[in-house]
Amino acid sequence: MNATQRHRPLPFWRTKRGQERIRLTLSTVIALLGASLLILPFYWMISTALKTPAQVFALPPVWFPIPPQFGNFVEAVTLIPMHLYAFNTFFIVFMVMIGTLLSCSLSAYGFARFRAPGLDFIFLVLLATMMLPGAVTLVPTYLLFNALGWVNTFLPLIVPAYFGSAFFIFLMRQFYLTIPIDLEDAAKIDGANSFQIYWRIMLPLSKPVLATVAVFTFVWTYNDFFSPLIYLTDEAHRTIAVALSYFQGSPRVGPQMHILMAAAAISLAPPLVLFIAAQRYFVRGIVTTGIRG
Amino acid sequence: MAEIVKEAHLYPRGVRPRLSRWRRREILDAYLFISPTVIGLLVFLLGPIIASAVLSFTDYDILTAPAWVGLDNYIQLFQDGLFWQALRVSVIYSVISVPLGLALSLGAALLLNQKIRGVAILRSIYYMPTIISGVAVAMLWRWLFNAQFGMVNILLGKIGIRGPMWLTDERWALTAIIIASFWGLGGAMLIYLAGLQGIPSELYEAAEIDGATEQAKFRYITLPMISHVTFFNLVLGIIGALQLFTDAYVMTGGGPNNATLFLSLYLYRQAFLYLKMGYASAMAWVLFAIVLILTLLVFKSSPMWVYYESERRRAA
Repeated sequence: MNATQRHRPLPFWRTKRGQERIRLTLSTVIALLGASLLILPFYWMISTALKTPAQVFALPPVWFPIPPQFGNFVEAVTLIPMHLYAFNTFFIVFMVMIGTLLSCSLSAYGFARFRAPGLDFIFLVLLATMMLPGAVTLVPTYLLFNALGWVNTFLPLIVPAYFGSAFFIFLMRQFYLTIPIDLEDAAKIDGANSFQIYWRIMLPLSKPVLATVAVFTFVWTYNDFFSPLIYLTDEAHRTIAVALSYFQGSPRVGPQMHILMAAAAISLAPPLVLFIAAQRYFVRGIVTTGIRG
Repeated sequence: MAEIVKEAHLYPRGVRPRLSRWRRREILDAYLFISPTVIGLLVFLLGPIIASAVLSFTDYDILTAPAWVGLDNYIQLFQDGLFWQALRVSVIYSVISVPLGLALSLGAALLLNQKIRGVAILRSIYYMPTIISGVAVAMLWRWLFNAQFGMVNILLGKIGIRGPMWLTDERWALTAIIIASFWGLGGAMLIYLAGLQGIPSELYEAAEIDGATEQAKFRYITLPMISHVTFFNLVLGIIGALQLFTDAYVMTGGGPNNATLFLSLYLYRQAFLYLKMGYASAMAWVLFAIVLILTLLVFKSSPMWVYYESERRRAA
């Protein structure tokens, strides 16, 4: 081996920087491919919603319906009383949100800042309940609400939210543990009682975690299908999710896929808009609970 | 909890100090704060759990009083062909969709943990489908998997593959539901991403000095350092998979020929279509037992493959 050979520079793609560049380019291509695969279903839904019935069942398929049939969206919300279902859904979501925020922040504060006999044990039991399949409590809970005469009212969907939920209590407790205790100590010296400290100091400080809980409650309650399905049998009480499931098989729609997809697209709009507006709260919630879990 | 101070050792044996007024106040406050949760645990969990256990030994159709039948419901379950079918469907779905879903979400996380341009937008796109679960999504997948006019088969046709009948073919319906479930891999991906970002970069630098290959770094640093995330995702995934309902209800209704009759779907039918509340309760307990066995298996096996920072410190 002579000196000239040793000093000849490597070709770019063999250098460390070149290898890095190749890897990044390759990753970008794969990531973009994956992203398009994930977006395609959305595209298919929207494009179907903008087709004429003939275009829906055309072969070869129509990828860009021209002219787009925006009237399909109007038809979707007028064929069924969508405004009524939307009102039902948002009423339930709003009530559940308030209940969850109040009950979970209260309990989380209790678990995070106090020590009392049995407190840790109750917290462990609470965490363990996250593993219990809902099916186990399903039948007795239904019978309870049935005996109370609450079936076909919104109460079975709303009331439990006022009694805490393990996942959110865990999430909020983790957040409270990161808040320095000095402020509370100062307030205590000034003679504030625990509830005042919770209301005046902790709640204002916990706006980010409250927002996280709020967005998750919104999405989960909005998307929930099983509970409204079993508790709301009356047509006038249906939520958007239940209404859609009936819409699918109703003779008024039949195989009119374009109307069905228009209705589905409308129903997906609220959570998607919320996601775009409040993305960081979703991400924060997932990351905190995931990591500490 | 480390901050809890044990004061007992300050006093002679047998002498219990009277709690101070301040301390009693604290205990009372604590229970006031957690009272909604405690009431919720009793009314919506503990009570129904006990009731459900008792109901599983009865025949109850809501209209007439429950009749004690002993173990009949459980015996009947084991002779019920549809129950075995439902069990098979749920277990196959979990065993395939959970590990595959984890692998895919880890792959996506590794991909999006690099300095790609526009990575924030890409992450949002990957996460977005998890926001919108439920009926509308299941309806969309039903349309995507339409044998003749659905997008899946149209795209397969473009690369020269004649797609199966999917949801109307009993050999393919479950596969279709599994594929649909991968659309929601963004949640697990985000948790993996956070885990990947928590790996100290010194580990990789040290490995590079030792001349480790990319594969070796992945195998001996990345995988062990995120094994606790895998554990978390696995447990959550199993619990979620065994309770799948909406997709099956909307996409196939359990068909064709019960090929997608998930446990929760069969339970729903028994309880709310046939009003067999006792039988449904018994089924719920069997479901619970399966969830418990599978999660216990994961927990028990975890020392073999889950790596915790504290162990390293202890060993060192």
